[in-house]
Amino acid sequence: MRTRRTARNVIAVFAAALLAGSVAACGNSDTGGSGGEGGDKKIVMGFSQVGAESGWRTANTTSIKEAAAEAGIELKFDDAQQKQENQIKAIRNFIQQKVDVIAFSPVVESGWDTVLKEAKDAKIPVILTDRAVDSADKSLYKTFLGSDFVKEGRLSGEWLVENTKDATGPVNIVELQGTTGSAPANDRKKGFAEAIAANPNLKIVASQSGDFTRAGGKQVMEQFLKANPKIDVLFAHNDDMGLGALEAITAAGKVPGKDITIITIDAVKDGMQALADGKFNFIAECSPLLGPQLMDLAKKVTAGEEVQPRIETEETTFTQEQAKEALPNRKY
Amino acid sequence: MNDTAARLRAVTGHRLFWPALVLVLMLVANTVYRPGFLAVEVKDGHLYGTPIDILRLSAPLILVALGMTLVIATGGIDLSVGSLCAISGAIACLYISKAPDQNSLSTVFTALALALGVALVLGMWNGVLVAVIGIQPIIATLILMVAGRGVAQLVTEGQIITINSGPYRAIGLGHFLTLPLAILIALAAALLVAAFTRRTALGLIVESVGGNAEASRLAGIRSGRIIFLVYVVSAACAAVAGFMMTANVSSADGNAAGLWVELDAILAVVIGGTSLAGGRFSLSGTILGALIIQTLTTTVYAMNISPQTSLLFKAVVVIAVCLIQAPAFRARFARRRSGPTPGPAAPQREKEQVPA
Repeated sequence: MRTRRTARNVIAVFAAALLAGSVAACGNSDTGGSGGEGGDKKIVMGFSQVGAESGWRTANTTSIKEAAAEAGIELKFDDAQQKQENQIKAIRNFIQQKVDVIAFSPVVESGWDTVLKEAKDAKIPVILTDRAVDSADKSLYKTFLGSDFVKEGRLSGEWLVENTKDATGPVNIVELQGTTGSAPANDRKKGFAEAIAANPNLKIVASQSGDFTRAGGKQVMEQFLKANPKIDVLFAHNDDMGLGALEAITAAGKVPGKDITIITIDAVKDGMQALADGKFNFIAECSPLLGPQLMDLAKKVTAGEEVQPRIETEETTFTQEQAKEALPNRKY
Repeated sequence: MNDTAARLRAVTGHRLFWPALVLVLMLVANTVYRPGFLAVEVKDGHLYGTPIDILRLSAPLILVALGMTLVIATGGIDLSVGSLCAISGAIACLYISKAPDQNSLSTVFTALALALGVALVLGMWNGVLVAVIGIQPIIATLILMVAGRGVAQLVTEGQIITINSGPYRAIGLGHFLTLPLAILIALAAALLVAAFTRRTALGLIVESVGGNAEASRLAGIRSGRIIFLVYVVSAACAAVAGFMMTANVSSADGNAAGLWVELDAILAVVIGGTSLAGGRFSLSGTILGALIIQTLTTTVYAMNISPQTSLLFKAVVVIAVCLIQAPAFRARFARRRSGPTPGPAAPQREKEQVPA
């Protein structure tokens, strides 16, 4: 048994043991705890992931697992398979197991107040990763570590403004939006629009949702190309839609990256490859590799240190040359 | 004079008149919005233009809806087709991506056979659940709809598998006689199904099973066997549609491929005039329904209707199609306009009974 357990904890564990599922998990925590003898106790983190819906997400999971192992933090990993109820269940399990810190990427924005309150009452700090929650009570979680989607859109727009400053005539832009109503789609659109407002020549002539998928991006781009005789720039909210659009552009007899400048966001492997091949022109990174930052934060909050309520993932942007250099070392 | 009126009534009274009218109206509206909408040119030795896009993109939906028509004709429903598209596409792309030569024909055919085989087994699973064990079709196929998406993600390991295979790509993007290969495959499948159901007694038997499975069984038809068969056919159609979807973008996305296609397919079947209660079915109606759905989607993009309002726009059109296609609604509408004339307002029967 772990030494730091108080009588209250023992009762809690017995209560948890009534739930068959928890028994095995408690056993795990015992073995993990005994390894951390001599010096500091090993931090136990409960992490609930959204699922494995994309390559981005898989890279995110790998980064967290690797960083935990490196930082000597014991990770209890749960895959919520895109369901909020699974995630709430997992968080309750973590509370019962008395983990030291809970981190999760919320599947949806709303409906977290109750379970976060339970975590707060149990004095377990919570860190949000990648996606935010819309709770009015900001004390329910310590910090939100994730990408700034508005900034990604703005960086894309700023690059375009910089590279079209010599343009004398109007520059026609078409936009492939992400899933309608999703935070990344809304924010990237907003950031991009703000940035290109600096040059009145830049004009978005068509904007449609491609649902973040290749098939969607392709289908929409096919119609854009037929409806708009002069398209100078394509701004896609993620690499996959841009990759789908590539095919439509080629089929229309145009050369992607030359006839039409292509700007995307994410920097997944296939996107970086297209950038290195000269088919894309610019990618603003949306990095899933937030594992090391998350582990640092976990150590700080368990030590009782104050942290910023909003922390951005370390991210960069890529041009074609930078992509060629970076590609061999990309993890995802 | 009277003769013309009678002929007109014969035309407007045809089952497919109203859906066809909607399709024509949509094309006209698009042409008014952008005169070049219907323009088709020759590019790289094949036809290029929005109408060709519509045909090519509607091919997978036509295939899925064909299978769905037969399932619905037996009084069932197959919710698993979207997941089957994802699984078959994922297996085919995975096999090709691991092959040393992605462009070799034998590799592609092996991949297709492998994926089709798996889809057939899954179709049999559906068939057994419904026909042998007797689970409600909506529940039986719901299992695979939910679990199948997981299987597809398992196959792709949550990644998007990108392939670079010319022959496989041709399924979705190739051309034959200047027309997209995909639509030709879909039409060939439609002709095949039509030949089997309309040139043999099979169609009649399917309708009789859908009308009343128990009565059909008592009349000497092996209802169970027919029901089992339609789920297998549906799975095969879904698998080929899955090949087209993944070939279209040369990549398999376990998460997005074929997502919600089952609902589009059911809608296509309903627009085509097949009764959801089973019994009567119309293959040509289903094809028309699929074309309407794809034209609607393309219209949204071509007219650049904002994504926030496009769903409402689609809903309004679909409701309009379903209403004007319903004889009961038209009869009521006509009566109100011209007063109580002795019209053909015969009460619609809920279920088309087919003499077994």
